[in-house]
Amino acid sequence: MDPRKTKELFIRTVTTLVSFSVALPLLWIVADVIIKGMPAINFEFFTSLPAPFGETGGGVGNAVLGTLVINAMSSLIGIPLGILTGIYQSEYSSNKKVYSLIRTSIDSLAGVPSIILGLFAFTVIVMRVGHYTALAAAFALALIMIPPVSKATEEGMRSVPIEIREAAIALGLPKWVITLKVVFAVAKGSVITGSLLSFARISGETAPLLFTSLFSYYWPTGINEPMASLQVLIYNYAMSGFGEWVTKAWGASLLLLLIVLLINTVVRAVSKNNGGY
Amino acid sequence: MQKIPSFLDSAVKYGALAASISVAGIFLFLFLTLFSNSIPSITLNGLDLLLGKIWDPNDGVFGGLPAILGTIFSSIFSLGLALPLSISISIYYTEYAPIKIRSIISTVMDLLAAIPSVIYGIWGLWTISPLLKTHFQEPIAATIGFIPIFSGPAYGLSIFLASLVLTIMITPIISSLSIDIFSKTPVHLREGMFALGATRWEVCRKVAVPFAKRGVIAAAILGLGRALGETMAVAMVIGNSYIWPFSSVSIFSPAHTITSKVASEFPESVSNALQFSSLTELALVLLVISLSINLVADLMLKRVEGGG
Repeated sequence: MDPRKTKELFIRTVTTLVSFSVALPLLWIVADVIIKGMPAINFEFFTSLPAPFGETGGGVGNAVLGTLVINAMSSLIGIPLGILTGIYQSEYSSNKKVYSLIRTSIDSLAGVPSIILGLFAFTVIVMRVGHYTALAAAFALALIMIPPVSKATEEGMRSVPIEIREAAIALGLPKWVITLKVVFAVAKGSVITGSLLSFARISGETAPLLFTSLFSYYWPTGINEPMASLQVLIYNYAMSGFGEWVTKAWGASLLLLLIVLLINTVVRAVSKNNGGY
Repeated sequence: MQKIPSFLDSAVKYGALAASISVAGIFLFLFLTLFSNSIPSITLNGLDLLLGKIWDPNDGVFGGLPAILGTIFSSIFSLGLALPLSISISIYYTEYAPIKIRSIISTVMDLLAAIPSVIYGIWGLWTISPLLKTHFQEPIAATIGFIPIFSGPAYGLSIFLASLVLTIMITPIISSLSIDIFSKTPVHLREGMFALGATRWEVCRKVAVPFAKRGVIAAAILGLGRALGETMAVAMVIGNSYIWPFSSVSIFSPAHTITSKVASEFPESVSNALQFSSLTELALVLLVISLSINLVADLMLKRVEGGG
């Protein structure tokens, strides 16, 4: 056989096998989480507080609520700031130096390991108020959301066809109307995609929460207090080594995995159908 | 009539500017906070924080070398495994894969990248670690354990396991980026090679690989950056012990990284000022490495996009 053909066949076989084998960890993790998490799932799991150590039963209701509350607060801070910085980058930064300074800061913020954002929030908020608080968690997670939302907004607005802008200018519309009601409106799909993906991303973030909201065995009664979250519950319970808690950790993992993968799948399917923006 | 729009014009403009400046300002503030909180450690520990081997808060000794080496070793080890995998996937994707399979591959990559790291952690801790211990580490330690880096006892939780989990976490990131870069190979060059009777592998090796090389290196650097800063998955599977690499050089022994060290000690360190400062300085070291790595990768990717 022609050695060139043999080589071709060899490369083809090896790269095919490698490519198929990376699906293995995904299937394994998903199957594992479903199999080990299902036994924990029942009505009580969603509605009850964690049982005290050593006792069976109980649920993770406060952690589900806590994750939702922390995510909502982070989104309230992070998404508007991300959108505003994106609008500025795309529409208003005529000065190249200011643009690249702000762009570099936001890009760098995206590169900061999340544990360092947690450490920062701990230092500037938790240590000042003197106790763990969900507000500090929202601050840290908002810093994670800002860069991707900003980038999605900027790219979405930049890719709006020049004809649309020209048409708006020809109508004699003021700049703010063109920016918000024309260009931003056209780019909205990209902004929503970016925001949802960053929401999914923070739903799984754990390291910053260890230093900020920590954990609580009770229902949240306010936002300026320690708060349970699914992420920290998974970490604490998995590391505890106590059978009942480990099962709960798998159940919580199943819930978290469902949320994250669902958002990702839906967003990607929708954004593919819209062909970009 | 004229006044309202011009007011709104400046409101939108300066609102957006204020948001941008405050985000940039927060980033600067983060850097300065870490730096100023590191000063006690920089003055009292000196180079010991970077080069010392012993970490004992009760004695006031803070040597960060094992954690720094743990971070470097696990990241480079995982990159060494993830890079060939990613290149293979990119080659299969761009040269051989039918369209349907392509979309499956990109979905798999997206979903793998989306799985929260704490779930990688629980999977590594409760599923992979016991399997790895009995079916891989123990047999190897029993046969070639006389080589120090493979010596037992095998704990399961180890720097080796941390590197494996990191490999799975960074492969989708590197693959997605290098698939993008491979896909940008100029079509006329590829078609020219095919017209000369080249096989797909020859086209790939002579055209696509040289074209994509710089971009793939940039993708690898970004993957490395991700591995350096990963916390939860590592903290859950690395065994959190300071014995590696000075008391035991074995890759099967538990170890620490900067992130796992900070995660396990930082909140309790508020009562020990020097420990608090030392951990902050370790975090600062990690921050500087991560930022430099991202900057280099960004510059390389921009050059690929601009000059390609």
